[in-house]
Amino acid sequence: MSGFNAIGSDREVEREEFTPGIEPQATWCPGCGDFGVLKALKGAMAELGRDPEEVLLVTGIGCSGKLNSYFESYGFHTIHGRSLPVARAAKLANPDLEVVAAGGDGDGYGIGGNHFMHTARENHDMTYIVFNNEIFGLTKGQTSPTSPKGHESKTQPHGSAKSPIRPLSLALTSGASYVARTAAVNPNQAQEILVEAIEHDGFAHIDFLTQCPTWNKDAKQYVPYIDVQQNDDYDFDIADRGEAAEMMQRTERSLYEGEVLTGRFYHETDRPSYGEEKREVGEMPEEPLAEQYHDDDYEWERSYDLLDTHK
Amino acid sequence: MSEELVWRIAGGSGDGIDSTSQNFAKALMRSGLHVFTHRHYPSRIRGGHTYVEVRASTEPVRSRGDGHNFLLALGDSFARNPQEEAYYGTEEIKPLAENLDDLREGGVIVYDEGLIDVEEIPDFDERVEENDWHVYPLDLREMARDMGREVMRNTAGVGATGALLEYDLGHIEDLMADAMSGEVLETNLEILEAAYQQVDDLEFTHDLRAPEGSHEGEQVLVSGSNAIAYGALDEGCRFIAGYPMTPWTEVFTLMSQHLPEIGGISEQVEDEIAAAALAIGASHAGVKAMSGSSGGGFALMSEPLGLAEMTETPVVLVEAMRAGPSTGMPTKPEQGDLEHVLYTSQGDSNRVVFAPGNAAEAYEQTRTAFELAYDYQLPAIVLYDQKLSGELRTVDESVFDREPTPDLGSTLSEAEIAEAAHHASGKFRRFKRDPDDDGGVSPRSIPGQQGGRFLATGNEHTPEGHISEDTDNRVAQLERRLRKMDAIRDELDGRESTHQTLHEPVEGADYGILTFGSQQGTVEEAVDRLAADGHAVKSLGVSALMPFPEAEVTAFLESVDEALVVEMNGSAQFRGLIQKELGRFGPKLHSLLKYNGNPFEPGEVVEGFETIIDGDEPAPTTRFVPAAGD
Repeated sequence: MSGFNAIGSDREVEREEFTPGIEPQATWCPGCGDFGVLKALKGAMAELGRDPEEVLLVTGIGCSGKLNSYFESYGFHTIHGRSLPVARAAKLANPDLEVVAAGGDGDGYGIGGNHFMHTARENHDMTYIVFNNEIFGLTKGQTSPTSPKGHESKTQPHGSAKSPIRPLSLALTSGASYVARTAAVNPNQAQEILVEAIEHDGFAHIDFLTQCPTWNKDAKQYVPYIDVQQNDDYDFDIADRGEAAEMMQRTERSLYEGEVLTGRFYHETDRPSYGEEKREVGEMPEEPLAEQYHDDDYEWERSYDLLDTHK
Repeated sequence: MSEELVWRIAGGSGDGIDSTSQNFAKALMRSGLHVFTHRHYPSRIRGGHTYVEVRASTEPVRSRGDGHNFLLALGDSFARNPQEEAYYGTEEIKPLAENLDDLREGGVIVYDEGLIDVEEIPDFDERVEENDWHVYPLDLREMARDMGREVMRNTAGVGATGALLEYDLGHIEDLMADAMSGEVLETNLEILEAAYQQVDDLEFTHDLRAPEGSHEGEQVLVSGSNAIAYGALDEGCRFIAGYPMTPWTEVFTLMSQHLPEIGGISEQVEDEIAAAALAIGASHAGVKAMSGSSGGGFALMSEPLGLAEMTETPVVLVEAMRAGPSTGMPTKPEQGDLEHVLYTSQGDSNRVVFAPGNAAEAYEQTRTAFELAYDYQLPAIVLYDQKLSGELRTVDESVFDREPTPDLGSTLSEAEIAEAAHHASGKFRRFKRDPDDDGGVSPRSIPGQQGGRFLATGNEHTPEGHISEDTDNRVAQLERRLRKMDAIRDELDGRESTHQTLHEPVEGADYGILTFGSQQGTVEEAVDRLAADGHAVKSLGVSALMPFPEAEVTAFLESVDEALVVEMNGSAQFRGLIQKELGRFGPKLHSLLKYNGNPFEPGEVVEGFETIIDGDEPAPTTRFVPAAGD
C-alpha cells in the first residue's frame, strides 16, 4: 500500500484547486508578468489532471519565488539560486511526484548558474520555469544576467559592460532535452508549452518572459511577439540540435533588437531521463525510495551483515 | 605497560603502504591482538613519503603510541630527484631518514638497501649506536625482482618482518589469498616465504617479538569512516549527496559503494552547496538523507544548513576536519573547525553537533545524530577529523549487532494528517506555534500525502508556512525552534548512557583533562600513565558539543582543582566553548594545543600535563610547536 495516496489519483481536477482557499494578498505589482506564469501553471496542471498534493513546486528567491504563496500544492520556497538541487533530489527520492522548479533570471542564470548547468546536463525529469524580466525586481531594479549590454542601474551607473547571458543556448549546450521560450502576455501559448514541458520525460527548461512594469519599463510588455512555430519565416527542426542552436542564437540576439521570438526551440524525445539512466546502471531502486519507509514488510539491511570484510 | 609492537612501514606514496599495513594489521588482529593504526600521508597521488603505524598489543589499544619500535623502510620508488638537493630535499632516503626521530631505543630497522644508501643519512651509524638500534639491511627490491616484480618488495618486507618477530605467516597468507589469485598470488607467496627464510637464517641481535594474545569476543577492524557509514545505514539512511574532498571522501565513497546494493541512492554533484541542498530535498520528500564534507566544502554548506534549520528539515551532515584555514594542509588532522561547525550560517544556531572519540562512538553517535535530526526536525552534524577517519582499530563485533531503525521520526501518516489541525484555507499546519509536544516539535507531512500540503520556506512563516513578518508569530516560532535544543539536552541527560566518556583510573582525582572528539583515546592513555606515576588525574572526553552537556562538564570541573584542555587547534576553541557555555571555571582551565599537522601522542599529553599543572609556574597555554617527536 502506498504511503502517498494523492499520487496518481487520476481524477478530474479543476484549475481552481490550485488557488489557495484563502489567497494571500499578492506582493506582485499590477501588470506584473508573474501573474501570467501563475495562471498558465494552474491551467496546465488542471489540464493534465494533476492533484495539487502530488505536485511539489520548488522556488528560489525573488518576486518569482513568491509563486508558491499563490499556487496551492506542496511547496518549498528555498534560498537564492538553490531551487534546482532541492527539487531534483525530491524527484530522485520520490519519482512519482510532479516536480516543478521556478525562479528568476538572477536566481537561475546568475547565482544558481552552476546548478542550472548540471541539472540540465543530468536531464532530471522535471520542469524548470525561469521568470525572465531582465532585471532584479525585488531588490529594486539592479542589472541582472539577462539585462542588455549598456543597461543602466544603480549598481551599473555607467551602463553594463557585459553582454547578457544566452539562456536558451546555455540550456541546450548543458543538456536540457526540452527548451522553450514563452511570454506572460501570451497565456494560451504559455499553457500549451507548460503542458508539454510537464509531460516531457526529462529536463524541460522554459525561459518565461515576464514583464516588470515597475523596474524594467524599457522591456515594454514583450509585444508584439512572434510564435516561431506559427510563422513561416522561421523554418527549423526542433529535433535537430544544430538547427535549434542557430535559431536560439538568433532569438536571443533579436530580443535586444525589439523582436520577441517565442515557441519551442528544442525537443529531444528519445533521451532517457536521469532516473532511467540511473536505474539502468543499478544505482536507483525500481520502487520510489520514499515508499520504503511506509512499507511494513520492507527488509532493512543492517551493517552487522556487512562485517565480513573487516574480519 | 603491556607488551606491544609498534610497526611502522614507510615508503613512497603510491608504493602500496596502505594495503600492506591493513593486511598486516588484520593478520595481527586474527592472531588475537588488539590493533590500532595511525596513517600519515601527503596530499599527492604518487610521490612524497608516507607511513602507517600498526600498534598491536595484548591489551586494548586506543591511541597511537609514542613512536615505534620496528621500522620497515621500503625506499621511495617514486622519488623524483634522488641525486640532487632539491627544494624538498633528497627524497629517496626519506622513508628511512625521516622515521628515525620517532624510533624508540632498542628498536629494529629493516631497510631496503637496494634503494636506500645510509651513507646519505647524516650520522646514521652514530645514531644507531647511540640508540641501540638493531639494523637489518636487506635488498628487498632485488628479492622481489628475482622472483616476480619489483613492486612486490612490500611482500618481501612483510616476510622479513615475520621472521624478525617470529610471527607465523599463516594469517598473512590467508589474507593474500582473499585479495589476489592466480600467478600474482603465487608469486607473492613465494616472495613472502623466500624473504622469511633468508632473514630467518640471520643472527638476530634484538629481543622484540610479536606479542601473543587472545580476544574474548570476535573483533572487527574498522575505521571511523566505516563506523559513520554503518551508523547511517543502520538508521535507514538511503540517500547521500556529496562532492569529493579529503578526508570526507572516505565516508562518501563507502556510502556510494553500499547504497546502490541495498536500494539507496548516492549522488556526486557539482558542489557542496548542491550536495547539502540535495540532502535537504530528499529528506523533505521523505527519505533519510545525509551529506558532508571537510572544512572548505562545509563552508559552502552554511547556506543550506540555515535553510534546514528554518524549514525544520531533518538532515545529517558530517564534517571531517583537516588543518585550515583555506586549503590548509589537506591530509593533516586538526580540530580547528569547531566554531565554524557550531555557528556557521546566519541567525541563531539551531543544530545538534557530536564529535565522537573513537570508532565505536562514531557508529553510536551517527545513529543518535539521525535519531535526533528526524525526531526534532533539525540538522545534526557529526564532527570528526582525518585522524579518526583513517585510523583502523579493533572493535568488538557485538558493537554492530543492532537492529536497524529506519523510522522517519516526527512524521504523520495520512490517517493522522486527516485528524490533525488544518488552516481554514485547507493547508496543513505543519509549523504549529504551540505543538502538543512540549519539545517544540510540530510533526510534518510528506509531499504526496493526502491532506498534508504546506509551504516550507526559508522566510519566517506562519503555522501553515506562509511568509510572515508579524512580530508575535516571529517570537513564537523562533522560541519554539530554540526550545527544541533544551528538549534535546533534557532527553540526552535523561538517558542511561552518556555520550561523554569519563576515564578515572584512580579515585578522587584533583586534576582533570578535558578533550573533545578524536583525541579522547590519546588522553586516556596519558591519564593511565600519569596515574601509574602517582598523579591523581582523570579525563573527560566530550562528544556532545551542541547542545552542550552542561551538567556533566560542570560536575567534572567542580570535582577538580585544575584542568587541562587538550585540543588540536591554535586558538583553544574548545576551551572557549566550555567558558561560553558554563560562564565560569576560567581560572581553572589551562590549554594544551597542537597544530603542526599531527595528532597528539600520549607522551606529549603527559609532558604537557607535567609542564602545565605540575610545573613550578603553571602556564595558561602550552603549544607543541614543533611538537616533541614530530
